Amino acid sequence: MDDHMKATPMKTKFITPGVIVLILLALNGLVFLAGRFIFGIGSVTNLNDQYPWGLWIAVDVAAGVALAAGGFTTAALGHVMHQEQYHVVIRPALLTAMLGYTFVAIGVFVDIGRWYFIWHPLVMWNGSSALFEVGICVMIYVTVLYIEFLPVVTERFIGRVYLPGLLRQLNAPVDRLLRALDRGLSKTMFVFIIAGVVLSTLHQSSLGTLMVIAGAKMHPLWFTPILPLLFLLSAISVGLPMVIFESIIAARSFKLKPETEVLGRLGGMVAPILGVYLAFKLGDMFIRETFVYLAEFNTASVMWTIEVVVGIVIPLRMFLSRTVLKSPALLFVASTLVVLGVAVSRINNFIVAYQPPYALHPYLPSFGEISVTVGFISLLTLMYRACVMIFPVISVPEDRPALHSKYAIRTEKS
Amino acid sequence: MKLPSRRAFLKTAAVAGGAVAGLSATAKAGPKNVLSPDRKGVLVDTTVCIGCRTCEFACRTAHGLATPPLESYGDKSVFSAMRRPDTGALTVVNQYPNATKSELPYFVKVQCMHCDHPACVSACIVGAFSKQENGSVIWDTDRCIGCRYCMTACPFQIPSFEYNKAINPEIRKCDFCITRTRANALPACVETCPVEALTYGPREEVLRIAKQRLVTYPERYVNRIYGEYEAGGTGWMYLAGREFADLKFPKLGQNPAPGVSEAIQHGIFAYFVPPVALYAILGAIMWMTKNRKEGV
Repeated sequence: MDDHMKATPMKTKFITPGVIVLILLALNGLVFLAGRFIFGIGSVTNLNDQYPWGLWIAVDVAAGVALAAGGFTTAALGHVMHQEQYHVVIRPALLTAMLGYTFVAIGVFVDIGRWYFIWHPLVMWNGSSALFEVGICVMIYVTVLYIEFLPVVTERFIGRVYLPGLLRQLNAPVDRLLRALDRGLSKTMFVFIIAGVVLSTLHQSSLGTLMVIAGAKMHPLWFTPILPLLFLLSAISVGLPMVIFESIIAARSFKLKPETEVLGRLGGMVAPILGVYLAFKLGDMFIRETFVYLAEFNTASVMWTIEVVVGIVIPLRMFLSRTVLKSPALLFVASTLVVLGVAVSRINNFIVAYQPPYALHPYLPSFGEISVTVGFISLLTLMYRACVMIFPVISVPEDRPALHSKYAIRTEKS
Repeated sequence: MKLPSRRAFLKTAAVAGGAVAGLSATAKAGPKNVLSPDRKGVLVDTTVCIGCRTCEFACRTAHGLATPPLESYGDKSVFSAMRRPDTGALTVVNQYPNATKSELPYFVKVQCMHCDHPACVSACIVGAFSKQENGSVIWDTDRCIGCRYCMTACPFQIPSFEYNKAINPEIRKCDFCITRTRANALPACVETCPVEALTYGPREEVLRIAKQRLVTYPERYVNRIYGEYEAGGTGWMYLAGREFADLKFPKLGQNPAPGVSEAIQHGIFAYFVPPVALYAILGAIMWMTKNRKEGV
């Protein structure tokens, strides 16, 4: 590449009108969250014995996990396959994954009735439970993501540890600790990177296995034994669009030039992946002959059509076009469609497809439930903004040639 | 630039792989799913039940749940809408019309079916559910984290959750009166039933009685025992004078309730071979592409 890119903390004012809106949405969510912890889940949500899982599981957890897939897809591309030209997107994707999974964990924490027993799966194992597998994998993967992010922290603070007041005496030890961490990590980081990819493929697919056990209650349009495969393929196909989506938003927010060339090349890889996903989705439909359910006009058939046409077919066609790959605006539209499509797919699988035998009325999320979900998304966005302002995450063109770095680890001090 | 040497790479990768493989030895732990030949079952003859709801009263009393006085259970107006078991009532009786004799409606008692292959036992993230040797499927409050996956998994939509409790909400469902049966007493509902609509005993014995009734009174029943094969067989089984679908029994296949989910789960984690293999393949790709870039 001609101009060298270097990850740099963004320098801008934190507070903008948009940020104030996000803060208000986050506070609104926290109010309802307090209600859930004081009066119980039933006081805030519309969940009941017919619909035990709702918006929080479908969006905060399932969609959250899927949309954080940019972390492992870019790691596989950049680190495992050594496609160095994509290194500029790895840190932003890593940060999204790290924050995304953190909020997945928080989402689980608020949804389970006995949040103080969230550690139980660590010591009480049930190997036949898909949820157990998801839980353990996510716990390990969150840890791996934090380890993968550590080099960004050491890069930011080595030689720049300035603790205030009495803590000043700790400056030298903390700096030594960071340097030791940095040395250790640069030798072992590949272990964590591969582990991150393996853990991701495992739990992205097991998330699909979750609803297999509900077989008799699932709408035939979605119920298939290959649900785990479809979940994995959709997670892989949303990874790169999510990276493009947030890269363009970040560029706009921090007034940078979008990395159109890199994003366009990433976009070029999306179409084949989406194509494979679509092939399995439709192939499964024809083998099970579930297309007959599309002839009915109801919530299920409409939602299925949105999921497939808006979320897969249209963006697939768009990503095949050279014009789209060269235009940040069109790239953004196509990526947004894939992101929304996968979010809708998770909502479909966990809410729309779930049709309990004795449902008295359909489930619709309450205002409180939506507030908490929106609040979490706002909080995540705020934390992302704070992180890219504190840590060197987003790459900007650098005047002097950058030193070659591996695994996005801090470049050697010159 | 500094890269780990090839030897260091292999060494570290091997250690990590070994650690993952070591986990498989302990992964066998899980909830009990005992299928003893002596496991108990109950036959519910819906053609005998008179809808007195005394079983509902006995159940609440036996489980320390709040209940109105027994006299109030004669109130037939509750039958106007279908009811489901919940945290306050582990069993309920519903009424369905009888097409041939309208003065004799059918009554169906609903509670946990105590499956031979329970979906809740398979699904529970912490193994809080277990199938006991005497046939009861019970829940362990000391393990439960309140995730409600059991409710998602149960094909009969039985487990109920205390949504309006902030601390220690419970999953509630019929426990087959495990404390009573362990003390050699009958389940409360069976003991109290005034017309002997409920027959308690070893499942095989109960099934034999049911088959005998189908032979002796073919005109009285539809020729089927619900629960003999449904969801892989259940501890509680039903006889009826109307199609079971009309009595709002879920239509289920004969496969065990966990279905293919366990097969998928065990396939992915067969002795951790697939994950470790994937790890090795990715490691190999990483190593080779690295060398290519280095021009080695």
